[in-house]
Amino acid sequence: MMSNLTGAERTSAMLISGMGVVIGLTMAIVGRNDVMGAQGWIVLAFSAVVFFMVANALYHPEPTEDRTTSYYDDPTKVGIVLALVWAVVAMGIGVWVAAQLAWPGLRFDAAWSSFGRIRPVHTSGVIFGFGGNALIATSYHIMQRTSRARMPDQVTPWFVLLGFNLFCIIAASGYLMGVTQSKEYAEPEWYADIWLVVVWVAYFVLYIRTLARRNEPHIYVANWYYLAFILVVAVLHIVNNLAIPASLAGAKSYSAFSGVQDAMTQWWYGHNAVAFFLTSGFLGMLYYFLPKRADRPIYSYRLSILSFWGITFFYIWAGSHHLHYTALPHWVQTLGMTFSVMLLIPSWASAGNALMTLNGAWHKVRDDATLRFMMVAAVFYGLSTFEGSFMAIRPVNALSHYTDWTIGHVHAGAMGWVALITFGSIYALTPVLWHRERMYSAKAVEWHFWLALAGTVIYVFAMWNSGITQGLMWRTYTQSGTLRFSFTDTLIAMHPYYVARALGGLLFVTGACIGFWNVIMTIRHVSKQNRELDHPTSPKATEPVLPVAE
Amino acid sequence: MSVKDRDPLTGHQTTGHEWNGITELNTRVPRVVWFFILVTHLWALAVWVLLPAWPLVTTSTKGILGLDQREEVAKKVVAANSDRAVWGERIKSLSADEILGDPELFARISDTGPQLFGDNCAGCHGAQATGGPGFPNLIDGAWLWGGDTDTVMETLRVGINAPHPDTRWAQMPAFGRDGLLPRNDIRMVVDYVQSLSGVKSPADTIAAGAEIFATNCTSCHGNDGTGNPDAGAPDLSDGFWIYGGDDEAMFRTIWGGRQGWMPAWEDRLTETERKIITVYLQHVRQDTVK
Ligand code: HEC
Ligand code: HEC
Ligand code: HEM
Ligand code: HEM
Repeated sequence: MMSNLTGAERTSAMLISGMGVVIGLTMAIVGRNDVMGAQGWIVLAFSAVVFFMVANALYHPEPTEDRTTSYYDDPTKVGIVLALVWAVVAMGIGVWVAAQLAWPGLRFDAAWSSFGRIRPVHTSGVIFGFGGNALIATSYHIMQRTSRARMPDQVTPWFVLLGFNLFCIIAASGYLMGVTQSKEYAEPEWYADIWLVVVWVAYFVLYIRTLARRNEPHIYVANWYYLAFILVVAVLHIVNNLAIPASLAGAKSYSAFSGVQDAMTQWWYGHNAVAFFLTSGFLGMLYYFLPKRADRPIYSYRLSILSFWGITFFYIWAGSHHLHYTALPHWVQTLGMTFSVMLLIPSWASAGNALMTLNGAWHKVRDDATLRFMMVAAVFYGLSTFEGSFMAIRPVNALSHYTDWTIGHVHAGAMGWVALITFGSIYALTPVLWHRERMYSAKAVEWHFWLALAGTVIYVFAMWNSGITQGLMWRTYTQSGTLRFSFTDTLIAMHPYYVARALGGLLFVTGACIGFWNVIMTIRHVSKQNRELDHPTSPKATEPVLPVAE
Repeated sequence: MSVKDRDPLTGHQTTGHEWNGITELNTRVPRVVWFFILVTHLWALAVWVLLPAWPLVTTSTKGILGLDQREEVAKKVVAANSDRAVWGERIKSLSADEILGDPELFARISDTGPQLFGDNCAGCHGAQATGGPGFPNLIDGAWLWGGDTDTVMETLRVGINAPHPDTRWAQMPAFGRDGLLPRNDIRMVVDYVQSLSGVKSPADTIAAGAEIFATNCTSCHGNDGTGNPDAGAPDLSDGFWIYGGDDEAMFRTIWGGRQGWMPAWEDRLTETERKIITVYLQHVRQDTVK
């Protein structure tokens, strides 16, 4: 893989990773009296591994590949495998978190294994580790294919992919050591945040440069979604993480916001992380892999435009629905509620556009588990957005807020939509990337599908039941006008659902393990095949100029 | 492909673009989508007119319903409090026996007591108020400070070793750690204390222990070890233990001292609520004794 880099590229890769080593060492020394020091050693180790991998290949012969007639897929391949590793690890931890809620003793009395520390490892691990890697990898694939252009250089994509994973590792290891800003989904401390800004800007520039090189007159919808994802996440991340470090030698920092402004900024961020990380990017994925797999044209271009701008515009306003009935002024809540409801139609328009695209291909959905993953994902997308808009209505939120209903909604979206569309896309993409005839085992894909679906359904139903039971118990009054149930009563009522949820999660993560195995076996054991035309040519050309380069 | 094709299946035209094999139809937006866009927007408009919604420079539009969540809550709280005050005042002023004898008030106690206890006390004293290591059983009839209504109410108000200015102080000194007694003496006094509740030990150790007890312990626990409610010093002869009556636990108690911490509830629960819990506990106690 390193041999595909030119000499100059190898040198700059070594320079960059060398700088990483220096930064890591600086953090380790300056922060030696703080957990930041330990984080420095992690940065150093990570950079050193990259440095030596490149150094090892420094004197290999220059690549002979003709860059004008091929796409650059190496980082995509690594990204896909990384996404699957994160999936298995972070969902596995999700099961542990779920089990701790049912059996609190499973903490084993260590600090690092307490609920408050492993929960963010789960959330960041699945959202950023699994989702983020999948988004970066598929975006590399899609931006090149739909632009009919190769990425402009070979160092930036690696920098973005590996830099992002370094961020994820710093984040997850930090949580276990107790490093957190206490802002949900934005827990990492200031140094990790600064690093992510650098990586993210590089990502944005890479995307724009690739689009600028495109050989297609128009930009395909999937790219709008990916660009919205990258651009808005950059803005959200920077604003929400504005903070002043207590000391440059330590991990602790203080947010630039306080009180209700802090809460509003956090949930403006949090909600749009849902919108632009967990929705927009994955819609990009859907818009490429679903029509490709179904071999059907997108149902309606006009609907695409309507839903894209609808989603992009309305989501930005909706964050305050996370703060109903709080110190937030009433008018902000009203706005959040109304915009959340108006958001429903563009959201359903996306889901509908995807499902209507399948018209004429439903027999494929029946036979092909990969396409079925995508179909069911679109259904869950529709379901969770309907549920979300419903929960955003204040009186409904009065029941759902703080309960497991929210958790059920989250996972209908996260497992049913985000994870299923990702798995479907990975199954569609893996044979293409590695030029394989097919996945190693179609049966395993089928198993994964049913395990994932069963896991999601069990999880979501358990949480609906638990959440609504809990919400109703909290608001039941006695004849004396006092609360009927103590908190412990509700915990006892929720216990069976918590057990069911852990079980559902176990099924889900079993499916993910099967998927991981299947992808590895495909790479290693399925015979090669030169697939259909898959490299940049002028739109007029029908024949490949050169055979596909490996 | 820039010529607009027709999709044979739907008969709709494509946009004429193609990306790596993907094409798009130029289908018009279905009417139902426009319809629901209209519905949701009209609904939003109505809500904006009715409720506080849009920011003005220093305030916001108020909405014609004139609702404000804070005023709403304040009103509801006042209403709920006045509903409860009807019987709450009576609970506050009557004695425990009177309350338990009055069916109407007794219903209030059994409605409310379990939740108040469950949310505030069960975490330490156990779901059934039977305590656990370090936390006293509240229904066994063995008291540190006393079990009558007024004493318990006072314990709840000020707490034990709590930051409240009037708090009750319960300090069992650390005889071993602070070098007041050597290990061996502690072992002997343990045997003596155990003998008070009928545990057998060699007579000579008990005698030696009794002597140590007389010089070190009686000031708080009383000459016969039956405790002193004014110092919160427990009766050591009744066989009820907070920290445990076996050799190991008792050795630790005397070696390292004990300063149990019971929060003060004056600022957390109203007087009526404290009274409800107190009477509720008394009721549970009577139930278990029966
Ligand atoms: C943080 C734990 C904790 C909570 C919560 C707590 N207690 Fe206690 N409580 C204690 C401890 C510890 C003691 C014993 C103090 C000592 O050993 O000196 C105690 C003592 C008492 C006593 C004195 C017993 C006696 O023998 O005189 C009463 C009465 C009591 N608690 C009632 C309550 C009630 C009622 C509540 C709920 C409103 C409550 N406690 C909540 C820890 C707690
Ligand atoms: C300054 C007063 C004081 C002196 C002196 C004192 N105690 Fe205590 N003792 C207490 C108090 C108060 C407690 C209750 C502590 C608590 O629960 O927080 C207590 C608790 C105990 C307990 C625990 C009872 C249980 O239920 O687990 C034992 C045993 C005990 N004392 C034995 C002794 C012995 C033996 C001595 C003499 C060597 C002694 N005490 C001297 C005040 C005293
Ligand atoms: C194996 C499957 C999974 C299991 C067992 C699982 C379990 C859990 C548990 C137990 C919680 C904590 C709930 C609480 O605090 O009450 C949680 C939270 C969360 N999980 Fe998962 N999860 C799984 C998959 C996923 C996936 C795939 C994603 C995202 C792509 C995800 C995203 C989240 C998020 C965002 C939260 C925080 C929710 C909130 O704060 O409201 N989870 N998960
Ligand atoms: C129209 C679209 C949507 C709307 C209006 C919406 C609305 C809501 C509402 C009202 C809440 C509850 C807030 C609370 O009471 O605390 C919520 C929570 C959440 N939603 Fe959605 N939702 C939508 C779509 C989605 C999708 C597609 C996903 C995931 C992929 C998602 C992920 C989440 C997460 C992670 C939370 C929990 C946040 C937290 O408390 O940690 N939402 N959403």
